[in-house]
Amino acid sequence: MTGRNKWISLGVLALLIALLPLFFPSGYYYRVGALIFVNALSVVGLVILIGYAGQISLGHAGFAGIGAYACALAPEHLGLHPALAVLLGAVVSGVMAALIGKPILRLKGYYLAVATLGFGILVSMVLTNERALTGGPDGMNVADLGLRGLLRDMGWRLSGGEFWYMICGVVLLVGAWLALNLFDSPSGRAMRALHGSEVAASTVGVDVPRQKLRAFVISAVYASVAGSLLALQNGYITPDVAGFMHSVEMVTMAVLGGVGSVLGATFGAAILTLLPQVLTVFAEYEQLVLGLVMVLVMIFLPQGLLPSIARRLKGRDE
Amino acid sequence: MSLLDVQGLGISFGGLKAVNDVSFKVSPGEIVSVIGPNGAGKTTLFNMISGVYQPGRGSVSLSGTEVTGVAPNRLAEMGLSRTFQNLQIFQEMTVLDNVLAGYHLSERGSVWADLLSLPGMRRRAAEAREGARRLLERVRLDKAAEQVAGNLSYGALKRLEIARALALNPKILLLDEPAAGCNAVETEEIDHLIAELAASGIAILLVEHDMKLVMRISNHIVVLDHGEKIAEGDPATVSRDPAVIAAYLGTEEEEPAHADG
Repeated sequence: MTGRNKWISLGVLALLIALLPLFFPSGYYYRVGALIFVNALSVVGLVILIGYAGQISLGHAGFAGIGAYACALAPEHLGLHPALAVLLGAVVSGVMAALIGKPILRLKGYYLAVATLGFGILVSMVLTNERALTGGPDGMNVADLGLRGLLRDMGWRLSGGEFWYMICGVVLLVGAWLALNLFDSPSGRAMRALHGSEVAASTVGVDVPRQKLRAFVISAVYASVAGSLLALQNGYITPDVAGFMHSVEMVTMAVLGGVGSVLGATFGAAILTLLPQVLTVFAEYEQLVLGLVMVLVMIFLPQGLLPSIARRLKGRDE
Repeated sequence: MSLLDVQGLGISFGGLKAVNDVSFKVSPGEIVSVIGPNGAGKTTLFNMISGVYQPGRGSVSLSGTEVTGVAPNRLAEMGLSRTFQNLQIFQEMTVLDNVLAGYHLSERGSVWADLLSLPGMRRRAAEAREGARRLLERVRLDKAAEQVAGNLSYGALKRLEIARALALNPKILLLDEPAAGCNAVETEEIDHLIAELAASGIAILLVEHDMKLVMRISNHIVVLDHGEKIAEGDPATVSRDPAVIAAYLGTEEEEPAHADG
């Protein structure tokens, strides 16, 4: 990817975020949009881990849980501003990722998948069982960010949906920008190199364990910030955010959209967030159709939706 | 002082001595070839010297520092670079990115600079890109720079691997069968390239099956058979050595010198 492609990807994303509201039939869609952006943010993190560095995680919802509960707990118990709680969550997630990543990233393939899965389940169990602190399975309230009130005082009135659509859209853009910068940087090249051949990467001087850990920590921070944003916009959080199904959902979005590309990942997040809403017309067959769509995509477009479509279009041009 | 000093190097795989008690030295600007029949342990020897395998016995020194069993990325920092017999190309990356990966040590910086695309990172990357383009020209792959490496022909991938190894600006270069699968013209190009590199002061350690190439460009030849060094010397000496001829053409019963080795 050249520098030009980076700005094209970002431009497309920015335009979509800015123009989509023109087609929203009701305020409800701002909520859906914000949810897509939050999901896309954690999936962009997974693009770095899976797409760049070639490592798998089935436990990234654990980091989303840490980010979400940091926003719920820190303002109440530490008196931190919710915005600082997002930061705290990100730091805690990053440190956790570094600590657990060091031993488990030595594992490969499905062993790594199982180890990360274990971590995710651990976080989710702690959140569910520490009732005194987290409210258990019922979840807990999350303090307001306070920014919307500030904007209102300055004369800019936004609905909750509009406000979170904007915030999440901007954070997603920043996240995409960082990920695209990384792609075409020494670290990104080192990650992609070890993805291709670990032995060759190390013979050109890449510290393979270190670069894997970098990708793991960065992607954990993405998931954490996404979890924080989810908690803040809902004003409420349950341990489901850290659940196994959420981890699987993230990976599915990444793979469905195209795990090598930031734009593809966003696309995957959009599809898998929207599809269940659209498929409600199928009532009880919703899950069935969803599963079928995913299976068909993987069979016929194994690179993921966006890269496969892009390749087809390119092929037609030539 | 020799640049690379291998002393009594050996490794066993489940009781089988794949390489046993091999010693030799390589000086700057010298081309040393390791030859021997298939399965003689040449690639295993390379893997031990380059840190891919942990040697069971013996030692490797680089510029006077002992580096036995040191990780490949640390050896790369000390100026040792290599190619692989069974190509280890970053298939999904572009040709240019493959060579840029070889610039990792000179272009790496803090992860923050990479994430934020800070000017320092962009400057280092631009310098690396310029160098990478020059190297691609040198191996005649400049036109393919933006192609995905996996689409290249076998011969082109061989040259790409050499370019990537050169990107490290090595003091010593280990080439594992660089001419394998190449046609006569390509082999001659590789021949010229190796001679040029040696002339510029890089020490070359070569494993190659093309005997004409080996005899033409080597200063010194080490012959392995069944994991042991059976001969060494300049090309003329080695090619007349009865043990070498026996190893390549098979031994008669009355020639037991190395059957038990």
